[in-house]
Amino acid sequence: MTNGWTDVSNADVVLVMGGNPAENHPVGFRFVMEAKRLRKAKIVCVDPRFTRTAAVSDLYVPIRSGTDIAFLGGLIHYALTENKYQRKYVEQHTNASFLIAEGFGFSEGHFSGWKDGKYDKTTWQYELDGQGYAKVDPKLEHPRCVFQLMKAHYSRYTPDVVANICGCTAEEFLKAAAMITIAASEDKSGTVLYALGWTHHSFAVQLIHAAAMVQLLMGNIGMPGGGVNAQRGHANIQGSTDMGSWNNLPGYLKIPRANQSTLAEYLKANTPKALRPNSLNYWGNTPKFMTSLLKAYYGPDATAANGYGYDWIPKVAEGADHSWGTFFDEMHAGKMEGLISFGMNPVANGPNTPKMIRALSKLKWLIVAENFETETAAFWRAKELADKEYPQSMKAEEIQTEVFLLPAACFAEKDGAFVNSSRWLQWKEAAVDPPGEARRDQDIIADLFLAIRELYEKEGGKSPEPVLKMQWNYAKPHAPALRDVAREVNGVDLETGKQLNGFGELKDDGSTSCGNWVYSGSWTELGNQMARRGQVDPTGLGLYPEWAWSWPANRRILYNRASSDDAGKPWDETRAPIRWNGKRWAGDTPDYKVDAKPDSMASFIMLPEGVARLFAPDLVEGPFPEHYEPAESPVDNALHPNVNANPMLKTYKSDMDAFGTAKDFPFVAITFRLTEHFHYWTKHTNSSSELQSNFFVEVPEELATEKGIVSGTKVRVSSARGDLEGPALVTKRLRTLKVSGRKVYQIGLPIHWGFVGKVHGPLINKLTPSAYDPNCGTPEYKGFLVNLEKIG
Amino acid sequence: MIVAKLIDTTLCIGCKACEVACQEWNDQEYTLGTFGGTYQTMPDLEHNFWNLIKFNEMERDGGTSWLMSKYQCMHCADAGCLAACPVPGAIVPRSNGTIDFVHENCIGCGYCITGCPFDVPRLSPTTKKVYKCSLCSDRTAVGLEPACIKTCPTNCLTFGEREELVRIAEARSEELKADGFADAGVYNPQGVGGTNVLYVLKHASEPEQYGLPKDPQIPWAVTLWKGPMKWLGSLMFWGTILGAFFHFVIYGPQDPAKHGHPEEEDEPSDKS
Repeated sequence: MTNGWTDVSNADVVLVMGGNPAENHPVGFRFVMEAKRLRKAKIVCVDPRFTRTAAVSDLYVPIRSGTDIAFLGGLIHYALTENKYQRKYVEQHTNASFLIAEGFGFSEGHFSGWKDGKYDKTTWQYELDGQGYAKVDPKLEHPRCVFQLMKAHYSRYTPDVVANICGCTAEEFLKAAAMITIAASEDKSGTVLYALGWTHHSFAVQLIHAAAMVQLLMGNIGMPGGGVNAQRGHANIQGSTDMGSWNNLPGYLKIPRANQSTLAEYLKANTPKALRPNSLNYWGNTPKFMTSLLKAYYGPDATAANGYGYDWIPKVAEGADHSWGTFFDEMHAGKMEGLISFGMNPVANGPNTPKMIRALSKLKWLIVAENFETETAAFWRAKELADKEYPQSMKAEEIQTEVFLLPAACFAEKDGAFVNSSRWLQWKEAAVDPPGEARRDQDIIADLFLAIRELYEKEGGKSPEPVLKMQWNYAKPHAPALRDVAREVNGVDLETGKQLNGFGELKDDGSTSCGNWVYSGSWTELGNQMARRGQVDPTGLGLYPEWAWSWPANRRILYNRASSDDAGKPWDETRAPIRWNGKRWAGDTPDYKVDAKPDSMASFIMLPEGVARLFAPDLVEGPFPEHYEPAESPVDNALHPNVNANPMLKTYKSDMDAFGTAKDFPFVAITFRLTEHFHYWTKHTNSSSELQSNFFVEVPEELATEKGIVSGTKVRVSSARGDLEGPALVTKRLRTLKVSGRKVYQIGLPIHWGFVGKVHGPLINKLTPSAYDPNCGTPEYKGFLVNLEKIG
Repeated sequence: MIVAKLIDTTLCIGCKACEVACQEWNDQEYTLGTFGGTYQTMPDLEHNFWNLIKFNEMERDGGTSWLMSKYQCMHCADAGCLAACPVPGAIVPRSNGTIDFVHENCIGCGYCITGCPFDVPRLSPTTKKVYKCSLCSDRTAVGLEPACIKTCPTNCLTFGEREELVRIAEARSEELKADGFADAGVYNPQGVGGTNVLYVLKHASEPEQYGLPKDPQIPWAVTLWKGPMKWLGSLMFWGTILGAFFHFVIYGPQDPAKHGHPEEEDEPSDKS
């Protein structure tokens, strides 16, 4: 979230789209209800299904799954043509004025530069002056300025076009547009709440980019009650993102690539240069973040002479991709030896379950550390436990994979910090000891690491340094205390031995160490800031600066400098998160230099442009979001029938990656979560199993009537990957949509069942395709094609 | 002080946290249900499930509507269960207005089930006793709010002094009216003398849409059993006594010599 849960109560309008917080974030949803009750905020819910969120909204608009960019593009068009945008904000705080290179354009579904199945992005770049700064037209009139290009790009997204693609009526769209754009007024704020309904598409990143554009046009970024707010689906998924993945080191530092063979080369490639003279360009500090991270990894062995141990960090081949789809495809092709799976259940939550099961059976070994026996730990028993559902599975005796199921402690049996959607690091203590032989994750990892290190010490091997040089100076090496790890993550001044106060103190000369620069400040000399539970609210905006600790720098609202104009005058005097008092910025931690005059630098200090990007040249499939159909779609793309799906769509070509068409699979399917369950875990507990004991298939009333189905009738749902069976839940809440002149029905599939646990049911990912977003590698779990038959 | 629970249905998101809290606090056994065709945990309340969110989906005002509301004992001022119960001390009206079942005294006759206009009490097939929500009398007795109230994430549930809650409910319904919901109102049915569970409804003239009876009354059989019948019974009893007295005063004691028929000696009037 750019803002935070408590801040939602500052909103005047709440757009809930691609998320269902009443069902999936009911505790956070209290702040939506507070906005509704106390501020008279309007809630607009745009969703393929009429959800529990829709039930308490002021306006519900149904759309076809996967058409959100068309809807948001329509909002951009509406805002620009009806003059419902905050002009001064757009001029001052966005790249609307930046000039783009000659030759940039869009036609017939492709942006300029499309050749041989890829993009040459030369024409997507800013036009630079002699000093390397982007040229601008502050009046936004130049035909090649972002504002004019944006206007032209979205001129196609008229209300009728939106209605024709999305399946709602033009009237419904216009009603929503009128409600959402009240936030264009300087004294009104609107928030956007989204979750996996947006990220589970093959154009997910562009979708969120489109939402950011709407929010920038409304002047809502940096404002209390504004922002683009991702509701994270697990208690600590934000933390796991912050701490890195295959393509990021902690703190969103890029993973080193094989062609960046020295630290200097890495830093040259990954430290941006300011694109405007008044841009602070905070990522210019990348050398300090990276050097301090290397010092945290390798300790005294990291010296200036050896590039702080940069050689020891594993490098990813240039252009290589190790995201979910790719590594499972490689596993399926027999190219992987083993997998360690902590807190992850790929058989249940990966797309195309049969492929997941087959891939795991190609491994030599699999380690699963879990609270329960999951479908992944039991994958080799699929045939024994659910033969009918997984006929492709091999018999246990035919599978050579050696599986180790390690009993792991659950969250309540461990201390440490959860990082919630609001970016708050909230420290917790263990409530009870782990039962039986269960152990804490860090103890399991420590044992593994120390055993491997011992093997390297004794036997040597290829490239032993990354393991041998790793700093492991915890008081109890086999059971590191998380408080010691947290202090290491915060960072230390190596000359004084004192905890750092924040990332402002980081150095690039090896005199500081820091495990994640965005968390620096979370455990200072004053102690554990994450354990704070102060409830003061000096701004009166519900920011609670003394409750836990929010990254970065305890800032509660990101980009808060944009809450006032160039001269420092708040857009809304009643709702200023920070104020310039003549000497300093007071209020929330400013997203700006604390003592810099309002007009001394541009407002978005994290971007080299110094302003927010309406036009984003670094995305894979285009600098503006464009409506593409999902990988499987019931209709041709109404905007450009020859370029139906995302041109950069990521798919795989194994014998198990089948795709279907509307001829065989005429209905659109959506997977979703229910309030009563948490993912694939709570089917192991009594209470959740009682609240929703049974899998079901949501079927629209009109389709049910056509097929003679009533609630409880057994139905079969099939896709090009497989089929499953369950009772129908016939509902008015799935409306028949009219898309490109024809009826489209949508089928709802709740995700929570499987073949182990107290309640059983089909894994719905048997049906989902191996189609992925090309920017981030998220699978398209929503908006794929199925058929539905009555069998009972 | 009379306490009450206020359910603002406009803020209910049907998350069922109150159901789990109720089950946990009351140490209920969990059962797996069969598919009932809705999101409801079960079709209706059970002897071991006292708090149920009802989901009701419909078309109205040109759109879809999905009403969710919590269902449990209403703790009526004029409680039908209490009126119907033949055993003293099995159903106890507490001084704070809650209606509590005392299971040691319950004989499992099920009259309270007939007596309840909200169809709340349920007979356990194993213990042969009747169960329902006690408004967490074991929590309220020590100054805690009921478990469902404690857990509600949207502040849809409030617990407190009844008079104060009636004021809050009415203010909230005025607020809703001002927001354009002309039919908003408070559900506090007078047929049972008002309830200590109050609802704010957007469509107050149609409580059935929320699974609530429109004008609940104690069933006539119960009213008769404990009302006119009881009165009639008393009348007959005292009438007989008075009749005998006057008979004695007017006619004096019976002279056995005048009446030789022994069966007449059985007349009660003669014995008084």
